[in-house]
Amino acid sequence: MRRLSLTNLTALALGLAFLYAPIVILVIYSFNASRLVTVWGGWSIRWYLALLDDSAMIAAALASLGVALASSALATVLGTMAALAMTRLGRFRGRLAFSAMIYAPLVMPEVITGLSLLLLFVAVGLDRGFSTVIIAHTTLTMCFVTVIVQSRLAGFDRSLEEAAMDLGCPPGRTFLTITLPLIMPAVIAGFLLAFSLSLDDLVIASFTTGPGATTLPIRIYSEVRLGVKPEINAICTILIAVVAIAVIAASLIGKSGGQGRTT
Amino acid sequence: MVPLGRRAADKVSAMPAPPQPPRSSSAKLVVLAPYLWLVAFFFVPFLIVLKISLSQTAIAQPPYLPVLDLAAGWQGIKDFVAGLSLENYATLASDDLYFFSYLRSLTVAAVSTVILVLAGFPIAYAMARAPRRWRPVLLMLVVLPFWTSFLIRVYAWINILQRDGLLNQTLSALGLIDQPLTWLATDTAIYIGLVYSYLPFMVLPLYASLEKLDDSLLEAAADLGCPRWKAFWTVTVPLALPGLGAGALLCFIPIVGEFVVPDLLGGSDTTMIGQTLWTEFFANKDWPVASAVAVVLVVLLVGPIAIYQHLQSRGVENR
Repeated sequence: MRRLSLTNLTALALGLAFLYAPIVILVIYSFNASRLVTVWGGWSIRWYLALLDDSAMIAAALASLGVALASSALATVLGTMAALAMTRLGRFRGRLAFSAMIYAPLVMPEVITGLSLLLLFVAVGLDRGFSTVIIAHTTLTMCFVTVIVQSRLAGFDRSLEEAAMDLGCPPGRTFLTITLPLIMPAVIAGFLLAFSLSLDDLVIASFTTGPGATTLPIRIYSEVRLGVKPEINAICTILIAVVAIAVIAASLIGKSGGQGRTT
Repeated sequence: MVPLGRRAADKVSAMPAPPQPPRSSSAKLVVLAPYLWLVAFFFVPFLIVLKISLSQTAIAQPPYLPVLDLAAGWQGIKDFVAGLSLENYATLASDDLYFFSYLRSLTVAAVSTVILVLAGFPIAYAMARAPRRWRPVLLMLVVLPFWTSFLIRVYAWINILQRDGLLNQTLSALGLIDQPLTWLATDTAIYIGLVYSYLPFMVLPLYASLEKLDDSLLEAAADLGCPRWKAFWTVTVPLALPGLGAGALLCFIPIVGEFVVPDLLGGSDTTMIGQTLWTEFFANKDWPVASAVAVVLVVLLVGPIAIYQHLQSRGVENR
C-alpha cells in the first residue's frame, strides 16, 4: 500500500481548496439575509423566493433548458456516429479532414466560432433565435461527445462485435445489441457534458441568438456586468446544484463499466 | 465484415493501408451525417468569415450583399474577385490598438499557461501517486468544477476580489493590510480567473500521462543509484511530456481568444483580442473588421491547433 507523502498531500489539499473555495463562498452567500453582499446578515432563503418573482429570469432559464436538451440530444447522436466512424471504419477518404474538424472546435476560441456561425446564418437568410443557438451548440458539443465516446470505443475488446458478426448478426443489430450497451456510460457522460456546456455558454449564444431570444447565461451576464447581486448568487447556486447532481448521478451509472475520459 | 475486422491493420499503423471506403449504406450514413454537419457548420462558416473580411465596410453592413452569386456564372465569379479588398486588413495594420490587443492576448495566454503548468503539475502528480482507490474520487473532485458554469466560476471571483470582498476582509483581519487593496480590474484578477477556470484542462491530461508511469522505472533508477530528484527529471518529466503538451495547448489556444474572464475581471484600459472582436461586432457593428480580426487570430493559432490535433490523434491510436 503506497502512502502519500506530505508534499503531495499539501499539493492536493491546496489545489482542491483553490478549486472549491470560490464556489463554496458563492453558495454560502446565496443564503445571506443581508442585501449587502459583503456583510453577513444571517441565514435566509429570501433571494431564492425573490427569483420566483423574476419572470424574465425564469423565462431565460426555461429557454436555456430547452436549448440544452435539444442540442445535447442532437450532439449525442452525431458525436457517437463520428466516434464510430473514427474508430470502426478504418481509413476512409477524408478521415484526416474529419479528425481536424472534430478536434479544432474543442480549442477554437468561442468568439471565432460564434462570429463565423452568425455570418453563415445571415448569409443563408436563416432567422436567428433559439433554433440557431441549438445548431451552434450542437456543432460545438458534438465534438466533445465524439472525444469521450471515441476513447471508450478504442478501449474495449472488439472480439465481441466480431463474434456477433461472424455468427451472422447484421451490422446494425450488432451495434444495437453489443456495441451500444458497452459504450453507454460514455454516451451518457457525453450527453451530460454537452448539456452542461450548452447550459453554460455565453459567447456563442450571444453571437447566434436573435432579438428576444435570451438564454440564461446572457441574462446572468447582463446582470453581472452591473455588479454582484444576491439574486444572482441564488440562481448560480441552483445551477451548480443541478450540474453537480447530474454529474454525480452519471458517475454512479458509469461505475459498473468505468468512465470515459473527458479529454 | 471488412470495416469492423480491421484491428490488425490499426495496430501496425505505420503500414500504409489502401484507402477503403465504407461499403454498407449504414456505414456511409455514420460517416456522412456528422461529416456534412461539421462541413456545413464549422468549415463553410470560416470561408464566409474570410470572404466578409475581404469586403468593404459599406457593402458589408448587415444585411450584407450575397456572399457569392453562383447563378450569375462566370460573370458572378469575376464580380466576386473584383469585389475583394484588403481595406479591413489595412485598418488592422494602421491602428496600434489591434497590434497591442494581439500582443497582450498572446502574452497573457503564455504567462497563464506557465502558471497553469506550475500549479497543475504538483496536483496531477499527487493524484497519480495517491493510493489506487482514492484516484477515481480525486479525479471526480477535479472534474466537477469543470462541469459547473464557466460564467459562474468567474462571477464567484468578483464576490471575493471586490473592494470590500472576502479577500480584503481576510487580509485586514489578519493585520496584513491597513487599506483595502484593489484586486478587481487588475491583471492579477485576470490571471487568477484564467488559472482558476483552466486548471482542470491542465490537470486532466497531465494526470492521464502520469498515471501510466510505471513505478518499476523509478525503482530501477533508484537501484542504479540515481538520486530521486534526478530520476524525477530524467524519468518522470519526459514521460509526462505528451500530457504536458496537450494540457498546455488546451489552455493556451482558448485563452488567447478569451472574452469572459478579461471582460468581467480585467480593467477597461487594456483589452485582449477577444474583447476587441466583441466590441467591433456588438458595439461598432463593423462586421468586416471583426471578421478580419478573427481571420488574423485563426492564422496566429493555426500552428498550435495543428500540433494539438497531432498529439490528440496520436494519443487515440496508441491507446
